[in-house]
Amino acid sequence: MKKTILTFFAIVATVAAFSQSERYSSAMKQNISMLDSALSNGKIIDLSNNFERIANAEKTQWLPYYYASYCTIMDALMREDKKQVDVIADKADSLLTKAQELAGSENSEICVIKSMIATAHMTVNPPARYMKYGKASDNYIEKAKQLDSTNPRPVYLQGQNTFYTPKVFGGGKEKAKPYLQKAMAMYAKFVPATDLSPNWGKSGTQWFLSQCE
Amino acid sequence: MNKTSITLTFLLLSAFSFAQTTLSGIIKDYKGKPIPGASITLRDTYDGATSDSSGHYNFSTPEKGEKILTVTCVGYKPWEQNITLHAGQMPINIMLKENLDELKAVIVTAGSFEASDSKRTTVLNPLDIVTTASANADVTAAIRTLPGTQQVGEKEGLFVRGGSGEEAKIFIDGTLVNNFFFSSVPDIAQRGRFNPFLFKGTVFTSGGYSALYGQALSAALILETVDLPERTSANVGLSTVGLNAGYQKLAKNNKASWGINYNYTNLLPYFAIVPQKPDYFRMPLYHNAETNFRIKTSRTGMLKFYGYFNYNQLGLRNPDIDSAKLKNAFGLYNNNEYANLSYKEVLGRNWKLNIGTSYSHNLDNINTDLQNQDNENQHIPYYPYLQKAFKVDSRSQLATVKTVLEKHLSGISAVRFGGEYLWNKENTDYSNDTLLHALSGYVDNFTALFAETDIYITNDLAAKLGTRYEYSSYLKKSDIVPRVSIAYKLGNKGQVSFAYGMFYQKPERNYLLFSNKYLYQKATHYILNYQKLTTEHTFRVEAYYKKYNDLLKTVPDTNNLGYGYAQGIEVFWRDKKSLKNFDYWISYSYLDTKRDYLNYPKSMQPNFAATHTASAVVKKFVLNWKTQFNASYTFATGRPYYNLMADGAGKYYIADQGKTVTYNNLSFSVNYLPRLGKKDSKTFIVWVLSATNVLGNKLVYNYNYSADGMNKVAVTPPAGRFYFLGCFISFGIDRTEDVINNNL
Repeated sequence: MKKTILTFFAIVATVAAFSQSERYSSAMKQNISMLDSALSNGKIIDLSNNFERIANAEKTQWLPYYYASYCTIMDALMREDKKQVDVIADKADSLLTKAQELAGSENSEICVIKSMIATAHMTVNPPARYMKYGKASDNYIEKAKQLDSTNPRPVYLQGQNTFYTPKVFGGGKEKAKPYLQKAMAMYAKFVPATDLSPNWGKSGTQWFLSQCE
Repeated sequence: MNKTSITLTFLLLSAFSFAQTTLSGIIKDYKGKPIPGASITLRDTYDGATSDSSGHYNFSTPEKGEKILTVTCVGYKPWEQNITLHAGQMPINIMLKENLDELKAVIVTAGSFEASDSKRTTVLNPLDIVTTASANADVTAAIRTLPGTQQVGEKEGLFVRGGSGEEAKIFIDGTLVNNFFFSSVPDIAQRGRFNPFLFKGTVFTSGGYSALYGQALSAALILETVDLPERTSANVGLSTVGLNAGYQKLAKNNKASWGINYNYTNLLPYFAIVPQKPDYFRMPLYHNAETNFRIKTSRTGMLKFYGYFNYNQLGLRNPDIDSAKLKNAFGLYNNNEYANLSYKEVLGRNWKLNIGTSYSHNLDNINTDLQNQDNENQHIPYYPYLQKAFKVDSRSQLATVKTVLEKHLSGISAVRFGGEYLWNKENTDYSNDTLLHALSGYVDNFTALFAETDIYITNDLAAKLGTRYEYSSYLKKSDIVPRVSIAYKLGNKGQVSFAYGMFYQKPERNYLLFSNKYLYQKATHYILNYQKLTTEHTFRVEAYYKKYNDLLKTVPDTNNLGYGYAQGIEVFWRDKKSLKNFDYWISYSYLDTKRDYLNYPKSMQPNFAATHTASAVVKKFVLNWKTQFNASYTFATGRPYYNLMADGAGKYYIADQGKTVTYNNLSFSVNYLPRLGKKDSKTFIVWVLSATNVLGNKLVYNYNYSADGMNKVAVTPPAGRFYFLGCFISFGIDRTEDVINNNL
């Protein structure tokens, strides 16, 4: 009987542990699969909250904080009304700080989000803020490239930023196109480290490329 | 598998998948407004929801028993509550408290114009200052396009709301700057000494300013110097008035920098081409050297040093007002040194420290002579000619130290307090035909203590309460003053602010040299302001009343029996968006002021005060031409002028008076950036062409009278127009970014 009970607890423990990680990865996968649709149907805050919930429950995983930060900054970047952008970007930053602590270092993907956070701050008042935030955004793109030369996302951001820069200032569709094409090529080769690792941006790159035609 | 384990497994499964609890409800703020986008979470689980646009949420959870329900939302205080889950429906409605945050909160703005690159919406930023057509890259000239200021062209300084130029003080990194302007030349306003690119932030307060500042009856211009440069760079420039070169080095670790600059200005070539009214017998010549270092001492700490050395000279001749056969010659040699060291750091939780210290030294060697038509010195030992030939060496030294401690209280409320100490030594050595080396001088040890608190009662209602104590060892007088401002936000439609404050100021140096038997002069301000700020527009209206007491009078003897008032309404509008690539602002000031001071025989409108003043500044960038066009137009109604003469009993009366012609000044400037957009270009070039008073309007600032009152001469600018052409090249730094960001 004693043995049975021990076996039972062993099984329960294993099942529990297994189901825990199974639960984590299935919840993450489900939410990650919604990234693109959430951007178009206005559910990006909901998705950010979902990731943050997982992050707070798990406590040891950097990816849910990373995704929560990504969703939050996308919300900030997509807002027409700039009033709340600073507060939202600050929230994205605090989520990202937690992600970085758990990840143990400032990796390439984290730098990508940092660049986006700087860009969001800049959009509030470009004349006054370009020197600080525009520069910071560029610097994080460069850093993201250095940390992982195969990561297509910094190249995509560079293409996007160039796309929105006026032609006479060295931006515009024609200048953006090579970056976007390069990003597309990199997406084709890019293999995420795990099936939960960041792999977004391909559809965005495609969209911007289509706008360059 | 025995029965027990089957039961256990069953229980376990049921716990995981069956007994669901559904939580639902609505999330609102305390005003009953639904809050969308709030995150509702069962702590330490994945379960939760996000409130929809009507504030509703709804989610199910298999969890059981005691749990903590939390709600978070940007802009609101986090909420949590212990709940016991039971299967079935659990309706829970939640109210969230608004977070007091700086961005949404009302700003105390009565009386002040902030022009910085901080997170707040700005009125004028440093680049705006250099591209204001009428300003010729002079900080205070750009400030003169804001409401409350007068278009005074015969004397330097900011003349604000019926106040004289001496009543506005200028502060750099918290400490008072003496001799901010180049030394006075009779009837010609002098520029500010400092380059606008030295400052990242400008706060111009035309009244009701903070208890951190004092000894200015009218206004304070508070300048904050730049931090570390973006990168190492060198620059050279050549213009119609001189040349300059500089170097800024940023350390590899991006934590420290140093720099040097040198400017040489000589107006000989310019005056050869553009004739001037005065006869310059010594061409204006300036040597200007600057040095700086900046060290980031920690993530939040910053140490900054700025040093300035200037030598300049000029000499000019004008016809004598009392005799057609004579001329007046005025000669000046000036040495000026200024150094500023400041340190700021965040001390532990919620404490901030700011220490600023500065030293300045100014020496003017002035020589005035009476000359005949052959420019030979004449000695006429009787009135009014005797007073016209003299030599004076005038020396000013000021050392200051100021410490401000700031503690953040809950929310965004804060308390600041500190003190400052100013050591000021003034000396003159005066000689004329009958007097040799008449020495005068004094030392003042001036101390001030101040405390101020920002209280946010809600996001919509804030108050700033302050007090300041001052003591001058030379006057042996102390004062203590209150400063109060209150701001209330009217929904999204703007905000109203009210400010009240008392301000004291020592009499001017020229009086203190001979006596210390004076009181402080005093002004009391009442300001009511309405302001609406968005990122594209700024609109403000301000009404004020200012009462002057204890102003200095020089008749019958010097005393503090002067008094006066100023009241008015001002409007400011800036629009960056309505017209594409156009940025413009409009200011209007109405001023009603009278005072009895100095030798005035009664209370009357001072000669530096125009009743109506208006300015319009327009900037347009033409992308394809890589050129920015700037124009500014200023209008002011005529100012009164008086000939005050003494009767036999030494009493002054108005022998003659009138109003100057209306002031109209249209200025243009063009900036051309040929390397714009060449991203890889290592050099960047800016061409600047500007012209003031392009329409050639007659500008009359005042009238001078002969001693007998029979001859009356208009005070006008030394030349009808001023032109400037310059080319500035920087290596390493791409100013494209400045331009891009200014036009996005």
